[in-house]
Amino acid sequence: MGSFLERIAILGVGWYGFRPTTPEVSFREMVFEAAVRAYQDAGDINPRSDVDSFISCQEDFWEGISISDEFAPDQIGGAMRPTMTVTGDSLQGLVHAFMHINSGVADVVAVEAHSKVSDILTLSDIIKFAMDPIYVRSIEPKNFHFIAGLDAVKFMERKGITREDLALVVEKNKRAGLSSPRASYASNISAKDVLDKDFIIYPLSELDIAPFVDGAIVVVVASEDVAKKIKKDDYIIIKGLGFATDSSNIETADLGKATYMRVASDMAYKMAGITSPRSYFDSVFVDDRYSYKELQHLEGLKISEEPSKDLREGNFSPQGEIPVNPLGGHLAKGVPLEASGFSLLLDAIDYIRQGKIERALVASWRGIPTFTGSVIVVEKP
Amino acid sequence: MKVNIYLNKRVAVIGAGLTLFRRRLLETPQEIAWEAARKALDEAGLELRDIDCVVIGSAPDAFDGVHMKGEYLSHGSGGIRKPVSRVFVGGATGVMTAIAGWYHVASGLCQRVLAVAEEKMSPSRPHPQAIFKYIWDPILEKPLNPNLIWIFAMEMHRYMATYGIKKEDIALVSVKNKRNALNNPYAQLGANITVEDVLKSEVLVWPVQLLDVSPVSDGAAAIVLASEDVARRYTDTPVWVEGVGWTLDNTEWPARDLAYARYVEFAARMAYKMAGIERPNKEIDVVEPYDPFDYKELHHLEALQLAKRGEAPKLLKEGVFDIDGDIPSSPSGGLLGVGNPIAAAGLMKVVSIYWQLKGTAGKMQVKKPVHTGLAQAWGDLMQAGTVIVMRN
Repeated sequence: MGSFLERIAILGVGWYGFRPTTPEVSFREMVFEAAVRAYQDAGDINPRSDVDSFISCQEDFWEGISISDEFAPDQIGGAMRPTMTVTGDSLQGLVHAFMHINSGVADVVAVEAHSKVSDILTLSDIIKFAMDPIYVRSIEPKNFHFIAGLDAVKFMERKGITREDLALVVEKNKRAGLSSPRASYASNISAKDVLDKDFIIYPLSELDIAPFVDGAIVVVVASEDVAKKIKKDDYIIIKGLGFATDSSNIETADLGKATYMRVASDMAYKMAGITSPRSYFDSVFVDDRYSYKELQHLEGLKISEEPSKDLREGNFSPQGEIPVNPLGGHLAKGVPLEASGFSLLLDAIDYIRQGKIERALVASWRGIPTFTGSVIVVEKP
Repeated sequence: MKVNIYLNKRVAVIGAGLTLFRRRLLETPQEIAWEAARKALDEAGLELRDIDCVVIGSAPDAFDGVHMKGEYLSHGSGGIRKPVSRVFVGGATGVMTAIAGWYHVASGLCQRVLAVAEEKMSPSRPHPQAIFKYIWDPILEKPLNPNLIWIFAMEMHRYMATYGIKKEDIALVSVKNKRNALNNPYAQLGANITVEDVLKSEVLVWPVQLLDVSPVSDGAAAIVLASEDVARRYTDTPVWVEGVGWTLDNTEWPARDLAYARYVEFAARMAYKMAGIERPNKEIDVVEPYDPFDYKELHHLEALQLAKRGEAPKLLKEGVFDIDGDIPSSPSGGLLGVGNPIAAAGLMKVVSIYWQLKGTAGKMQVKKPVHTGLAQAWGDLMQAGTVIVMRN
């Protein structure tokens, strides 16, 4: 793996939605709203003259459009410009932006991701289409969460984690979400409420599984030199980033472990020169679309070897030693498809801008049935 | 707008692999992706453990019938416990895959990258055209149930009407490319046909006839890219990526000038600027323009500034684009002759230029000495152009 050449900076962010439905806008209008806000936040830049390349993160099947890339450029100002799609999580799109800047193609890049999941009538069937057509889809799973169920059981057995621990994660995150402007699913519930629910798939109840949500996010990044010129010191540095796929085949991936997070975070930590992640970061914003995933990811990220112990001791609470998802994570906000990574990044940026922390770790997962994760290290300049 | 004023690192292609391009390959998408990847690794002299990052290219997910196709293909593309991502610009994806591979290395993020493009069109039932029913604006266009060939017929008609081009002049592209494909061991539809054969073939949507169109195909292609120091360790004949460019026009194709691919011109100008090319028609020695339809090769040669607007058919007639001409075009046989597994076809064009510049194209090798080559792809709603310039 090569060396880190030039740090990049987040110039501006804009978002729209984060509601279960957004009937007042099409997905393109939603992205336009987010883009306008992002360009304004980035120092009122003009995308037609000030942005060098544009990246959209989307998948055909979510959109109900074959070649959904066709619909990428107009609403972000990318027509007749270098615009492309990365069919991955928005943090993967951000890594491509980093590469555009470091290869010399661009100084300023806009990255877009969105979710119009409320338009999807057959979500469960669409997700099954992501499973291997011969070895997995053909068994006709009744419930796409079954992979999470297998993964959770193996992880819990390996680490001695109980159902009560998972319920504590839900309680912590749903409550933390009450302080977020984007958390449609935040609530003041208790672990007992979670334990009282029936299983969707053992060991996960309805409350252990984050619902989906509509939303659009645009992030504008630039080389640090350009960021200084436009925003002086009012920007956020991306100090390290990484992404990795374990294996796309369920039978060859590490069930019960977030190996993808380990590989991705090792890459990001190496780039950022971080040797003790637990002591380095002030807060962690990590994918928790299943309650157990928060704990599993924290282990993969080398934040905690005994995540359930840390959880029970309150170390991950918003007031704890290392707050984890202090604005609620996906359990409170919902999962905005490819924008999931950016929604965690937005929380980290909010926290940094509010002066609550200086350094944050953001880690996203692509969801069932994938074993792909992305990690970025963000901090004050 | 800044368009690559300087290059941070030189990047070379050091290996390439192709599968057969065929209709109804029996292997799974993962299996053909691996076949191409393995061949590329073999040519580069590398093993999978040497690869830092994997880039995947594939066009509509619906062709393979798999959602999150990049994730699915990652296993077959060697993307196991590595950084893997998939890029997508419709039909222009194949060349974009090479471009993304380039910037993985040029940025300093990786030193050795495997770029793999795969497509299986034939599983679509009853025909891949069914997939194209869902590429349109869902509110304004889908209710009209347009057919893909129908809009390309409009574009072809417009091109012919604007410049006074005859069908028989365009048919010469199909004749040339299918003849070139006879020299290509991977080709699906190499043939010695005549202009008469094209003009007598079934009319699909006037003026598009059966022999004006590339076939339905399955296939995969792969290349290995490496940083300069790595490349020099593994080969004495690296082929350097000297310029890349990509452009997406707006979505509203009915408002577009259908006679001229302005977005391809923009992409080409970006690549030429990077490669320091000022007079493309004098400096490009061999070209692989995207030719899913015969008129598209001419259309693209003009947008690439290798012919003036409306004059590509004249140069074609004079033999300029023949395999022994001044600027051999589609010496591989192109999509018309080799086949059109969308993303794989675009990367196949990059592979073709790589082999030409390396001098290992075998019977496909053009007659003149070549030092600078260009591959181009096109896609989305007649709006995406991707261009790569390479030198030996």
